[in-house]
Amino acid sequence: MIEIKNLHKSYPMGKDSLHVLKGLDLHIKEGEFVSIMGSSGSGKSTLLNIVGLLDEHDEGEYFLNGQKIEKLDEKKAAVLRNKFLGFVFQSFNLISYKNALENVALPLYYRGTSRKERLKTAMEYLDKVGLKDWAKHLPSELSGGQKQRVAIARALVSRPKVVLADEPTGALDSTTSDSVMDLLKEINREGMTVFVITHEEEIAEQTDRIVRLKDGVIISDEKVNKNVKA
Amino acid sequence: MKTIFDKDTWQEIYGVLRKNVMRTIITMIGVFWGIFLLITLLGLAKGVENKFNKEIGDLATNSVFVFGQATGMPFGGFQEGRPMQLKLSDAEVIKEQIEGIEFVVPRNQNQGAVVRKFLEGNYSVTGDYPLLDEVQKKKLIYGRFINDNDINLSRKIVVISQDVYEDLFEIDEFPIGEFIAINKINYKVVGVFKRANTPGPREDIHVPFTTFQKVYNQGNNIGWMMITGKPEFDISQIEADVKLLLKNLHDVHPEDSRAFGSINLGEMFKQVTEFLTGMQFLTIFVGLSTLIAGIFAIGNILLITVKERTKEIGIRRALGAKPWEIKTQIIMESVTLSLLAGIIGIIAGGAVLYLMNMMFSGPDSAIINPSVNITTVLAALFTLVFLGTLIGLIPASRAVKIRPIEALRDE
Repeated sequence: MIEIKNLHKSYPMGKDSLHVLKGLDLHIKEGEFVSIMGSSGSGKSTLLNIVGLLDEHDEGEYFLNGQKIEKLDEKKAAVLRNKFLGFVFQSFNLISYKNALENVALPLYYRGTSRKERLKTAMEYLDKVGLKDWAKHLPSELSGGQKQRVAIARALVSRPKVVLADEPTGALDSTTSDSVMDLLKEINREGMTVFVITHEEEIAEQTDRIVRLKDGVIISDEKVNKNVKA
Repeated sequence: MKTIFDKDTWQEIYGVLRKNVMRTIITMIGVFWGIFLLITLLGLAKGVENKFNKEIGDLATNSVFVFGQATGMPFGGFQEGRPMQLKLSDAEVIKEQIEGIEFVVPRNQNQGAVVRKFLEGNYSVTGDYPLLDEVQKKKLIYGRFINDNDINLSRKIVVISQDVYEDLFEIDEFPIGEFIAINKINYKVVGVFKRANTPGPREDIHVPFTTFQKVYNQGNNIGWMMITGKPEFDISQIEADVKLLLKNLHDVHPEDSRAFGSINLGEMFKQVTEFLTGMQFLTIFVGLSTLIAGIFAIGNILLITVKERTKEIGIRRALGAKPWEIKTQIIMESVTLSLLAGIIGIIAGGAVLYLMNMMFSGPDSAIINPSVNITTVLAALFTLVFLGTLIGLIPASRAVKIRPIEALRDE
């Protein structure tokens, strides 16, 4: 699903450049539940941005769903993001003046789905995350956990190949964190590839595979919870 | 093109504009005011023009008044300063010899103390031919104007103005057949005409020309004449020809510019028309300038808004919005704001014109039927769409320069 070979990325910093990713190799198969662990500055967000087609890599190869990613213009990137990727952000990133249902429906708008179809599908996914009754509420009227559920529904609505979650529980207390993680697990059980970035050990432990990143290199890549997976 | 007619596009725009109602309103004020000014001022200018056209409408605009003054140059043995007296025969010669003349109307004028019963007043009295009615249409409230029999028989009859009638008669009193005394001579009233603003001296009372001649011992003297040209002839040329002929007839130096005076109504009319055109131009200039300033205000606010909406735009891009979709949305917002403000401005301007029309509906009002033609309105709307698109390009290109990653990092 995601195949990365010898990936390099550096950012210009004045005269010098900051070498963030130093040759990563990573292969994530369909249906995996992977977490990237690392402290801040380890390059995990950069990796997510590249995987999420929000940023470009300098060197190496990246295959998304078998398609080689190179020389993407913004338009192509937008289409691929919409088609293959669902994003869940730490700060939810819901659009404040749209209600939960409209927020969930937004990716389908950019796909060109008709309004009726869009709202119907969005409602299905809201129901899936248990927020059917909150469809008409604005984000400001929802709790943090509810907002993240809406965001997850939004990530799923376009039926992507991979869900990318950047610190999905970073802004939540432990109880709601657990419920969000339960939701992600459930999605994974249904066959979705889920890619979580976190710096919290407890969160990482709930996934099937933990990739540890330090100073731009992978220091360990271990499978856990094999019994759950099986 | 499809996006313009897509309900979803409008839903997105409505969502954004509704998000901050106050800002939306403030953004629109500039354009609203520009269009409002444009419509109101153009309408008022049109109202003034209508009024002017109505006043001047009954009057042959290709006319010139010619009167005698005093020579300014010695000629043919005469000293300068010799007074010029126009004669009836001059009028006849002019009519015969000068090309392009429709009418020559000789006139005489005097002041008269007018008495009726216990009421009295001082009014101008003119001696006139029936022809005057052709050149300067009288709107009669009662009776008739002077006719040929009055001239032939030098009848002592008068046609009086509405002002004189109101001064000397009771309200709703029937004036025809009543007598008024002008300088102690009785005249029978045969007509009352409606007051109108005519150029030239004030006209209160018309008596037959021949009657005037006899009563005031004028002989063949005339005070001035009104000359009307045929429509296809240039009145300024006629004016020059008439003056030259008169100089010839009266032994005046051909280059003497003082001997005969004239007032060219055609010239005056042209000047007023030019003034009105100028006023319209000024209005359009002021309105358009305000409009452009307003459009810039919209562009400015949208630019700020884009900065503020960095994150929202980032989210949209992450969810699959293509750059042109973001661009289209911002431009459409700009156009929508401009158009909406424009339409409200047009409606408000129209309402003001409507109120003005109701308030100034009397016959003497300074403006008549203030209105703006639909072409102007459509042109203004088109300009708005055009400028709105143009100015929308600035924030729109700023918006697509925002990279989604930077937008999302913004926390």
